[in-house]
This record gives sequence, C-alpha cells and structure tokens, in this order.
Amino acid sequence: MNEPLIIAGHTFSSRLLVGTGKFASPTVMHDVIMATGSQIVTVAIRRVDLTQPQDPVLEAIPQGTLIVPNTSGARNAEEAIRIGKIAKASGLSDWIKLEITPDPNHLLPDATETLIAAKLLVAMGFKVLPYIAQDPILAKRLEELGTAAVMPLAAPIGSNAGITDDTFLRLIIANANIPVIIDAGLGAPSHVARAMELGADAVLINTSLASARHPIPFATAMRKAVEAGRMAYESGLPSRSATASASSPLTGFLQGA
Amino acid sequence: MSFSAQFSEEAVHARLTALAQVTDRDVLDALSRPEPKIGDFEILLSPTAARHIEAMAQKAHHLTVQRFGRTMQMFIPLYISNVCYNRCTYCGFSMDNKIDRVTLTLDKVRSEAALLHAKGFRHILILTGEAPDHVGAIYIRDAIREMRPYFDSISIEVQPLSEAEYRMLIVEGVDGLTLYQETYHHETYLAHHLSGKKRLYAKRLDALEGGARAGFHRINVGALMGLYDWRFEAIALADHLRYLMRAYWQTQYAVSFPRIQGAEGGYTAQNPVHDRDLVQLITAFRIAFPDLGITLSTREAAALRDHLVPLGITQMSAESNTAPGGYSGSDSLEQFEISDERPLVEVQKMLLAKGYEPVMKNWDASLVATVTL
Repeated sequence: MNEPLIIAGHTFSSRLLVGTGKFASPTVMHDVIMATGSQIVTVAIRRVDLTQPQDPVLEAIPQGTLIVPNTSGARNAEEAIRIGKIAKASGLSDWIKLEITPDPNHLLPDATETLIAAKLLVAMGFKVLPYIAQDPILAKRLEELGTAAVMPLAAPIGSNAGITDDTFLRLIIANANIPVIIDAGLGAPSHVARAMELGADAVLINTSLASARHPIPFATAMRKAVEAGRMAYESGLPSRSATASASSPLTGFLQGA
Repeated sequence: MSFSAQFSEEAVHARLTALAQVTDRDVLDALSRPEPKIGDFEILLSPTAARHIEAMAQKAHHLTVQRFGRTMQMFIPLYISNVCYNRCTYCGFSMDNKIDRVTLTLDKVRSEAALLHAKGFRHILILTGEAPDHVGAIYIRDAIREMRPYFDSISIEVQPLSEAEYRMLIVEGVDGLTLYQETYHHETYLAHHLSGKKRLYAKRLDALEGGARAGFHRINVGALMGLYDWRFEAIALADHLRYLMRAYWQTQYAVSFPRIQGAEGGYTAQNPVHDRDLVQLITAFRIAFPDLGITLSTREAAALRDHLVPLGITQMSAESNTAPGGYSGSDSLEQFEISDERPLVEVQKMLLAKGYEPVMKNWDASLVATVTL
C-alpha cells in the first residue's frame, strides 16, 4: 500500500501534479499547492520572467516542490524545443512538460510534432513528460523514445468534463512501462478518483482548482480523491462482473464426463 | 476564397431583420445550452436578449473563468508615429488635421520602451498612422529591434502589410497583429474613409489573412463602434471570425469593440453604442465564442472598465497615451481621448480587489523569434 510514484528515478509520495495557470493571485496558487500536497508543479515558461531573480510565480511555489517547465504556447516542435532550451539554460530545470498545441482554442496536442520534439529533447538529456491525446500507439512510441512518462488527456483542457470514455486510457495504462499521468479535463473529485481507480500513476489538474469558488478546500477534496482512488486501485478494486454467476450451473453435467 | 469574396452585406441585413422575431424562449434556450449552437449568437444580440442581460452576464462570467481563469493580461499601446496619408472622419491623425506630425527616432523608441518596461509592462502594442513611404515595414522592423529587449510580447497595429512584410516582422519577434475593419458596412466605410489607401475596403478586409498565413500567433479583429448599426457590425465581425478560425485554425483570435471617442476633427458617433449595448456585445461574443480573447482599452471610463472586467474581458491596457512620444513627455496630439487615466498600479489594485491576477507576462519571445542560445 502507498506505493510511491517514481518518475525518471525520482520518488514522490504525492500522485497529484498541479498546473500553475489561471489562479487569482500567486498567494492563492501557493495555498492551493500546499492543500493538494503536490510535490510536482508545472509552470509555463511564457508566464515567468527567467531574467528576473524573483519572479512572482516561481517565488510562490512552495520550497522543495519539483518545478517542471511546460512549453505552453508552442505550435510545433521547433518552438517547443526553443522553450525547453531556455528553461534548461536558465538553470530552472531539465524536466520538460511537452505541450504542442497548434489549435489555440481546444489546446489539443499534435501527435506528429510531439513525437519529433520528444526525440530531440530526450537526446538533449531532458526528462520529457509529453501531453498527448488518448492514443495507445503514440504512448508506446514515446516510451520507446525514452520519455519519462506519458500524459494522456481525460478531456480538453479546461473542460472539467472528466473521463467520458475510458477505453483508450485503459489500453495506455495496461501497456505502459512508464508512469501514465492523466492530464486535462479533470474537474471534480469523482473524475480524479476514477482516473486513479483505472490505474493511472498520477493526475495533473489546474483549471478546476483555479476556478473553484473556494479553491483551497476544493484542493483538499482533490487530494483526498487522488488518495482514495489510488488506495482503491492498490487494494484490488472489486471488478464489476460482466457475466452472471448462476447459482445452478448450466454445465455442471460436464464434470466427470 | 478570401473573406471579402464571400462576405454578403445582404445576408447580414437579413439576419439583422430576423432579430425582431426572437422570443424570450429563444433567449432562455440559447442560454441553457452547454455548447453554443448555430444562430445562438444572433439570438443573444437581439433586442429581446437585452432584457436578459443579467443572465447573459452570469453565463459569460462563468465561461470566461473556466477558459481563462481568474487572470487579466495587461498590455500597453505605444504610438511611434502619427504621420498619416488617410483622411478619416473620426480620427485625430487624419491627414487634414493641422497637428504636429511626429515619427519617433529609434533612440526615442528605445527610451519610451525602457520607460514602459520600468513601469512593469511586458506586452506591448505598437501603433502608427498609415504613411508607407515614411513609416514602412523597414522602419517598423527597426523600431521592433529597439523594443525587443524590453518586451516579451510585441503586437502591431499598423497599415495592412504584405504577407512577406508580416513574415519579416514575425522573425523579429512580433507575435500579434491587430487590424480593425472599422465598419463592415461598405457604404459607411466609404463615407468615413475619404481618401488614402485605407479607402480600399476589400484590401483591408483581407489583410488579416496574409497575417495569418505569415504565422502570427495572435490576431485581434474589431470594428469601431458608432459608425454604423452595432448589431450589423457584430454579425459581420462574427462571420469574419468564423471564417478566420476555420481557415487559419492555428491562430488565436481576440476581438475589440472600440467605441468612438472625441478626437481632433470633432467627430461624434452617428450610431452611438450605449453601455448596455456594449455589455450585450461582450457577453454575446463570449457565449458564442468561449475561447475568444476580448480586449478592452482605456477609451472606456474607469468605472465602466471595472464593471466590465468579470464579463468576458481577457486583456486590457492601462496608463495609455495615444500621442507618439507621449510617455516621456510630448505635446503632440492624441489620436483619441483616453477616458481611464489611472496608472498601472491603480488598475492592478482594482483587479486584485476583484479577485483577478493582473498578468504582465504570458508570452515568451523565444516562441517566435529566432534566438541564439
């Protein structure tokens, strides 16, 4: 019980990752991160001023939290790689959450460009966490390239829609030898609990935390849901039986036949 | 096919006429749908929908928080030239106006940029009049090179340029293009743009497409509210947006509804847009286009701006001056009068008090500029 989350050889006790956009203030963001118990947060390089010694967003992240820069805003591999290089060169991190979203409205990930960028970033020594659609083959391709995890979406970013169909997430989880972190679209404790029950290694949430009326108690609720879902998964969730178990077997006559 | 080739004023007029048939039931149905349906936008623009303005505002607020969070992007306009060869009835820079014409030297561009950077601005919008042989793409490029070290995001609002010129500016690190059609009503357009290249209605209408092809990350469209029926402009603007969003799906779009303000030349709006109309415009666009940026300038009064913040606005300027060189002191004339003259810090305080984080930086030049690492 309480298996730790291991990504790229680093061990974490929390399975809840937090995105740092959309908050009403850096203070709220700080308090929300504390309430989630998160040990990994992602930060958009476009939001921070790496030339400034005390960037307000970076300053508000609790000490000891792993900061994973993300490539938010990138439309192709080239732009994403530039962002990654800047993050690394600044000394911020050699982790990178790879988000390549050519469509600015739904922010859906571009499989082709993500694969290209992941290959190059891995070769440059980054620990790459790619944001992808629910594509089991792409997930395996990325794993083979050496990404540290895969981050399939539950639903479009900011939709708070939850997992509406788990068919492909199940396949991704079943086939993965690296952590599967379900990202985007998780808007309620029931959504994250479901993701964890499916066997996701972790979840990442942002919009629902930032837009909840009372973000801090909501963050606590999300933390508990992640823990509950994980605990249920580790304890061997009783499966919903798909077939009837008849009290009088129909094929009993075959025994000894 | 370009937008000008498929845009039909008659079709817009027909939809405008149909607004009279909209019932309260139609409005309530449109407001209860989780996803906007074809025709909902027109329903929400109708006079009937004006009676449901509070419900529209609630929905618009909810959608904006969900999509954009509790944040407000801040930016500052920088006018680098007021030389203009166009004659436009409503504009202080119109060629006929006897004002001092100023084009900032590159040294002056740099000092204005440094001053705005020191105030805390990181997103800038550069504006000029339209005088291509005086303030052409090369001058604009040189000005951008001066500004580049001071700003993370640079947008331009200048005369329509060629696709190749747009590309040249993007390579220098420009990520946003703003170009307003002013009015989509052709006859009205000609009545207000008396001479100069701006008189070419279709050229202006299609210029954004060259910008989108060139690769701007952000495009801001708009109409100058007050020249013609605001509902006509809104329907046409929505058509334009839908066209652009389908054809150039990698660009992020924003919209502005600048209302005509007093300017040298003494023009007053012939079709005034009241505060209530402006609220209906903003909320109808938000509900019909949940992902659209909505820009609010300092043309509007402080008190009204404060009220508009939660209704769908995603980016706003502060402390603006519309005279070239105006930030470091200049007596050249403004393009139009600023209503909200509060300094940035006051606007930031207001936003924080309303539960919004004023975001100074939400872009990185490395996304567009070819930087050497």
